[in-house]
Amino acid sequence: MSDVVIVRTGVANLASVLAGLRRLGVTPDVTTDAAAVREARAVVLPGVGAFGAGMAALHEHGVAAALIERAAAGRPLLAVCLGLQLLAASSDEAPGVAGLAVHDGHVARFPDTVKVPQLGWNEVTPDAGCRLLEPGYAYFANSYRLTDAPLGWAAARSDHGGPFVAALERGPILACQFHPELSGPWGLALLDRWLAAAREA
Amino acid sequence: MLAHRVIPCLDVKDGRVVKGVRFQGLTDAGDPTAAATRYEAEGADELVLLDVSATPEGRGHALDTVRAVRAVLSIPLTVGGGLRTVEHAGALLDAGADKVSVNTAAVRDPSFIDRVATRFGSQCAVVAIDAARRLDGPGWEVVVHSGHERTGADAIAWARECAARGSGELLLTSWDKDGTKSGYDLELLRAVSSAVNVPVIASGGAAHPEHLIEAIEAGASAVLAASIFHYSEYTVGAVKAALAARGIEVRR
Repeated sequence: MSDVVIVRTGVANLASVLAGLRRLGVTPDVTTDAAAVREARAVVLPGVGAFGAGMAALHEHGVAAALIERAAAGRPLLAVCLGLQLLAASSDEAPGVAGLAVHDGHVARFPDTVKVPQLGWNEVTPDAGCRLLEPGYAYFANSYRLTDAPLGWAAARSDHGGPFVAALERGPILACQFHPELSGPWGLALLDRWLAAAREA
Repeated sequence: MLAHRVIPCLDVKDGRVVKGVRFQGLTDAGDPTAAATRYEAEGADELVLLDVSATPEGRGHALDTVRAVRAVLSIPLTVGGGLRTVEHAGALLDAGADKVSVNTAAVRDPSFIDRVATRFGSQCAVVAIDAARRLDGPGWEVVVHSGHERTGADAIAWARECAARGSGELLLTSWDKDGTKSGYDLELLRAVSSAVNVPVIASGGAAHPEHLIEAIEAGASAVLAASIFHYSEYTVGAVKAALAARGIEVRR
């Protein structure tokens, strides 16, 4: 059993998240094995192209159930970009497709009053309840976002055509709409804090 | 609020940086990883790596270059140059690119954009548009093959089509301005960035921080520059400080 595993969802680009973790001294396994996802000390759910395809990939290998179990048990999980969206109940990107529903949020497209996709660095402001998230600039690449933080989670917010959820955390579970692995030293420091929280959990 | 991005561009041929990066203190200015590390440390928001290799052998080196740069870089990396197939795009993304930039192949077969966007997502599908002012009237036409071939296609209409086909970002280069050090083509930038709702990266002609400020005021979401950083005394940090001093939001 590996310490840290990354869920292979099919079309996700894993090179950057792998490189980021390697710089922090972690060599994760990449897997589609539900048992590995269930048992690993820490799991990374990376972003994939689209909500519908992402959920289909998670169901295909039985990984969806393992992720829901982990989240319910409060075991270490990092969800990146679309990963954060997959934890929600539903998304405008794939009407009728159920998400992992770890929380009851709904994901909606950015308004046309701003550039879509949001590509670039946006300022992240954590709530007082955040333990892992700190203020700073993070790199985003998304067309959809969660507008409201679900109950029971500490949140960080950014603004692009109105406030949206930049990240959520609950114990050793961290979900980032941005890419920590592409957010410079600030992002690597966040990954490092999550890894430390995962080791202590 | 989303910050405006400053993006240095590295031209790489056969795995080596060309157009001479003149960083003081770099023992090997042709090493792409050394240049990438330096740009990130200076505050670059992203990096574009343009493979200008003329041969398939040279292109083979590009994958090694992308892997090596990815290992040291913790900001986004866009790779372009001679991209012809979805498989090639996939190989670059597997090697560590976060976005791929397509150009001539998309002009020849616009459905290439749909295929890249569908397979990898719009956020990774950049279309590089090279535009030149028409010789016979107002407006701009799309040019390919490093500006050697004028296609006659309207650049604004092409920008709209790229976005409609799923491109998440346009890298817009003015071939009238490229290399002139006289600033970006601001009219072109205004026309394209008001025609599409995806971010537009301005390219071609910058020699001074004032040029970058003008481009952002004309609607660019990001500014790409090569020679201003390679040859002049402006660091990325100095340029971003100049932007911030004018009230433009940049990542600090």
